[in-house]
Amino acid sequence: MSRNGHGFEPRIVGFLCNWCSYSGADLAGVSRMKSAPNLRIIRVMCSGRVDPSFILRAFQLGADGVLVAGCHLGDCHYQEGNAKALRRVVLLKRMLRDFGIDERRLRLEWISAAEGERFAAVSLEFTEQVRALGPLALARQEVVA
Amino acid sequence: MIRLTIDGKTTEVEKGTTLLHAARFLDIKIPTLCYHPLIKPFAACRLCVVEVKRSWGMELVPSCHATCQEGMQVFTDSPHVLSARRMVLELMLARWPNVPILRKYAAALGLEKARFSSPLRDEREDACVLCGLCVRACDEVVGASAISFAERGIGRHVSTPFNLESESCITCGACAHVCPTGYIKFEAEDHKGKPPELLLDPNTAIYMPTAQAVPKVPVIDRDSCIHFQTGGCQKCVEVCEPGAVNHQMVDEEIEVEVGQVLVAIGYDTFDPTPMAQYAYGRLDNVYTGLELERMLNSTGPTGGRVLLKNGKAPRAVGIIHCVGSRDENYHRYCSRVCCMYALKFAHLVKERSAAEIYNFYIDMRAFGKGYEEFYSRVLHEGANVIRGKVAEVVQAGWSKQEEGALLLRCEDTLIGRFREIPVDMVILCNAIEPRRDAEQVGRLFGLSRSPDGFFLERHPKLDPVATMTDGIFVAGCAQGPKDIPDVVAQASAAAARMLATISKGEVEIEPVRAEVMEEYCSGCRVCSALCPYSAISYVVEKKVSQVNSALCKGCGTCVAACPSGAMTGHGFTDRQINAELEGVLAV
Repeated sequence: MSRNGHGFEPRIVGFLCNWCSYSGADLAGVSRMKSAPNLRIIRVMCSGRVDPSFILRAFQLGADGVLVAGCHLGDCHYQEGNAKALRRVVLLKRMLRDFGIDERRLRLEWISAAEGERFAAVSLEFTEQVRALGPLALARQEVVA
Repeated sequence: MIRLTIDGKTTEVEKGTTLLHAARFLDIKIPTLCYHPLIKPFAACRLCVVEVKRSWGMELVPSCHATCQEGMQVFTDSPHVLSARRMVLELMLARWPNVPILRKYAAALGLEKARFSSPLRDEREDACVLCGLCVRACDEVVGASAISFAERGIGRHVSTPFNLESESCITCGACAHVCPTGYIKFEAEDHKGKPPELLLDPNTAIYMPTAQAVPKVPVIDRDSCIHFQTGGCQKCVEVCEPGAVNHQMVDEEIEVEVGQVLVAIGYDTFDPTPMAQYAYGRLDNVYTGLELERMLNSTGPTGGRVLLKNGKAPRAVGIIHCVGSRDENYHRYCSRVCCMYALKFAHLVKERSAAEIYNFYIDMRAFGKGYEEFYSRVLHEGANVIRGKVAEVVQAGWSKQEEGALLLRCEDTLIGRFREIPVDMVILCNAIEPRRDAEQVGRLFGLSRSPDGFFLERHPKLDPVATMTDGIFVAGCAQGPKDIPDVVAQASAAAARMLATISKGEVEIEPVRAEVMEEYCSGCRVCSALCPYSAISYVVEKKVSQVNSALCKGCGTCVAACPSGAMTGHGFTDRQINAELEGVLAV
C-alpha cells in the first residue's frame, strides 16, 4: 500500500456504536454490499464513549481520516449519548484546524442498524473524500518527532 | 300481584302492567297502530280498545294505556269492541285506502272499504297515518325532538320546524325504523360504523364484532349509538334481561409491571385506492382479498356465496397478485402470503361458482410445505394463470348490448402478447404493510425499523426474535410479512426465549459497566450530570463519585468525559481502545 502518489489507500479509523452503526455495518456485510476496506472499525458501546483524545490519537498514529458513527438523534440506545458525541465532534473540529488537520478528515454520521446500504455508501464516499485530500503529512512528522 | 280476567281467562300480573301486555301474555291478539313496546303509550289510534266491566256498566278503554286492576273483567272481542274498532278503521280507510297495515286490520274485521269519502283521500300505500310514533321516538327515545306535529285539525302533519332541514336531527333513523307505513324513509349517506361486514351489509350501533367473536359479546359503536349523541334512548338496556348493557363503561388504563414484552402488533393491508389503474373504490365488483374472504365466509353477508353487486353469479373472476408489493412505487418487498391465498381464492371461487378464473402473477411463489402441490392442484382444476402484470381494469361490456362488466388489460409474458380479458369480478391481492402506528410503538420500546418499515430483529440469521432492546421480542408480521406457519414458529420461539429467562429466575447483565477509581476521582461531578440513568451518585464523606452497577448500562459517556481519567468502562477502557487503535493502524 503506497502512501504517496498513485494508488494511495487512505487509512481510516471508524468508531462505530454497538447498537446502530456497528449493526448497520454488520448488515452491510450480511447483505453482501460493497463497503470500503480502508475503514478500520473499532466498536464502542455508544458514540458518547468516543473520547476526543481517541480521535487525536488516531490521527497521531497515522490515520488519514476518522469516522464517528452513532444512532440517529433521538434513537440512541442510551437515550442521548449521540448528542454528547455531536457536541464533542463539533468542538474538536475547531481544534483540528489549529493542529493543521483538515476538518474534513473527521466525520460524524448517524447510521441506524437498518441502514446497511447507507453504511456502505458512507464508507466508500468518505474514503474517496480522504483519498482526494491525500495522506495526512502532519501525522507522520508528529510520529517522527 | 294483581288477578284479573281477560276473555274468561284468569291471570296474575305485576302491578302497573297494561291491559295490552296482559292480553299478549295470554296470547290474545289486539291490533295496535300507535303503540310500540319501547315507547310510552299514547292511546291515539284507539284501535286497541277493549271493554272493561265497571260498576256502572261496560266501558271502552285503550288497552295500551289502561293498567290492570284487581278483579278486573276485560273483553277484547265483544261486539261492542269490534264495532268500535271497525269504525276507527273505516274512518282511517276513508282517508288512506291503500295503506297495507290498515287494510290488513280491516280485512281481519271483515271490512273491505270505507263507506265514507274524504276530501283528504290519499291513495299512497306509504301515506302518513298520523300515529305519532316517529314524533315520540324522536323526542322520548332519541331526545333530539327534531320532528313534531305541525298545524291542527285536518292540516295536521309530521314535520321539522318550519319545514326546514333540522339542525337537531342526528340522522339516527329511529323515526323511519318505527314508522308503520314506511312514510319516513332513511337514506344513509355514508357507511359510518359498519366495519364487521366490510361495508357489504348494513349494521346497527350495537353488534357482534364477528360471528366467532371472543369474548362472544356485542359491542357498541359510540359514533353511531344514539345515546352517545343525545343522552337518550338506552332501549338496549331496557330489553336486555340480564342487564348486561352498560353505557357508562369507559376505556381503562391498566398498569401492569412486566419484565419482558413481545411486540406482535401485526400488519395493515395496503389500500389499493391510489393505484387508479385497478379502479378499486371506483368500479363495482373490484374487491380486496379481505373483502372476498368475508364474502367466502359462511357467516358473511352472502352466506359464503360468490356474488356480484347485482346479486348474480360472476361468469369470470380475475385475481391480481402483487397489488402494492414488488412495486417500486409502493412496496419493494414481496408480501409472501398473496400467491398462496390467491390460489386458495381460485380454488374456492371455482368450487362455489361456475366462473372462469384468471390469476395474474409476476412470479408464482409457492415456497412452503405442500404449497407447490396445491399450486398444481389448482392448475388441474382448470384455473387460468397468466404471467404478467395487469395494466388496467376498465369498465366494458362483454358484448355491444351489455354494460357494466370489467375488462382486464395485461401482457401475457409467456406468449409475448397483449391480452384483454373480460371478467365480472376483480380481486386485488393487496400488500401487507407495517401497522400505521409502528413508528410510535417502535419509539416506545426503542426498536429500530428496517427500510420497509417493519421492526428490526437483533440479527437476521442468528437472533431473529430478539431486538436490540433487552427483554423486547418481536414476532409475526410486525417483523415482516409472513404466513401463518412462519408466524406460529416465530411466536413460539419468542415465547420460549421469554420463558427461559423467567424460569432461570435471574437476568444476566452485560459486564460492560463503568466504575470509579476512587484514588483518582476529584469529585468534580462532570460524570453525574451526563449519566442518562442517574447511576452516578456523589459520596459526600469520601468526596468521590460512585457508580451503581445495577443502574449503569455501560454506555461510557461518563468515561469519555472524566477529566481525571478516574472513570473506567469495563471492556472499553482507554487503554484497551488505544491498544486497538495502535493495532488497526499498525499497518
